Amino acid sequence: MEGESLKHLAAGLAIGLGALGPGIGEGLIASKALAAIGRNPEAADKISPLMFAAMAIAESTGIYALVVALIILFS
Amino acid sequence: MNIPSLSPEILFYLGSLPISNAFFWSIVLSSIIIFIVLYISFTKKEIPGRIQSLLELFLEGLYGFTNSVTQDKKRTRILFPLIAALFLFIFICNIFPFLPGQSALQIKTQEGFVPIFRSVMSDYGMVLVLTLIAVIGIQIATLAVNGPIGYLGKFINIKKVLKAKTIGDFAYGLLDVFLGLMEIVGEFAKVLSLSFRLFGNIFAGEVLTAVMLFLMPFFAPLPFLFLGLLSAIIQAFVFATLTLVFINMGSEKIES
Repeated sequence: MEGESLKHLAAGLAIGLGALGPGIGEGLIASKALAAIGRNPEAADKISPLMFAAMAIAESTGIYALVVALIILFS
Repeated sequence: MNIPSLSPEILFYLGSLPISNAFFWSIVLSSIIIFIVLYISFTKKEIPGRIQSLLELFLEGLYGFTNSVTQDKKRTRILFPLIAALFLFIFICNIFPFLPGQSALQIKTQEGFVPIFRSVMSDYGMVLVLTLIAVIGIQIATLAVNGPIGYLGKFINIKKVLKAKTIGDFAYGLLDVFLGLMEIVGEFAKVLSLSFRLFGNIFAGEVLTAVMLFLMPFFAPLPFLFLGLLSAIIQAFVFATLTLVFINMGSEKIES
């Protein structure tokens, strides 16, 4: 395999495997947040922004994988 | 396909200093913010006009949020300018690219055709500088509250090793030394994670938008643009909040 095809393979693997963890993690965050809202609907205004902030942090490792894939592809 | 390059393109040179498009727009946007806020603060009225009430709404909300995290009025007064500046600057810089028509304008320089507009936070140098400001702020807060000996003692934790009387105590002491060294790694990890979160979200948003607009220009880019707008707002909030939380954690006195 020459360099170009290895690059494409590397980028695909990087983002593909990197997207597994954040997907599961954000689903867990959302499920707990929705369970809490279901138990106490008046607290929805306080829980929702915190849920979004927690999701943004859980997404971080997925974004690192994306940046690595983009760097591999485009430089 | 006009995928943005990793480093921002140079627009012109001021003497021998290259001015890139991201740098140019960071100067323009921060000047606009400074001008508006100074104007409002010099023409304050008892019954606020529209811009003044908007600013008051935003600042009061952020102040209340900062207070709820630090639980200490004095600390909030000291921290609030840094947190509010980070949030306001990153927020305005992130939503400015969503003003339509920006990717169409290009300018002819020596290297060819170069886009005039570019997201300020898609330049890793800019994001790294903001992250270093935040992390140096964390170190200053820890130093100020704990003193230099306490601050160094957080990283080189040899108290238990020196007081050890049995082999078991000595082993716990070595564990503490190892954990202290991991704290140093943790500080560098803070720099990397804070900067890559913001940079990755904004830069990857730009690349994804360019790719989607190339592949299918009608209707398909809409969810990606919406995701980009949402993540732009949320990442500004997350950056400021994480800085606040880290400074707050660092300002707790370390019990011996």
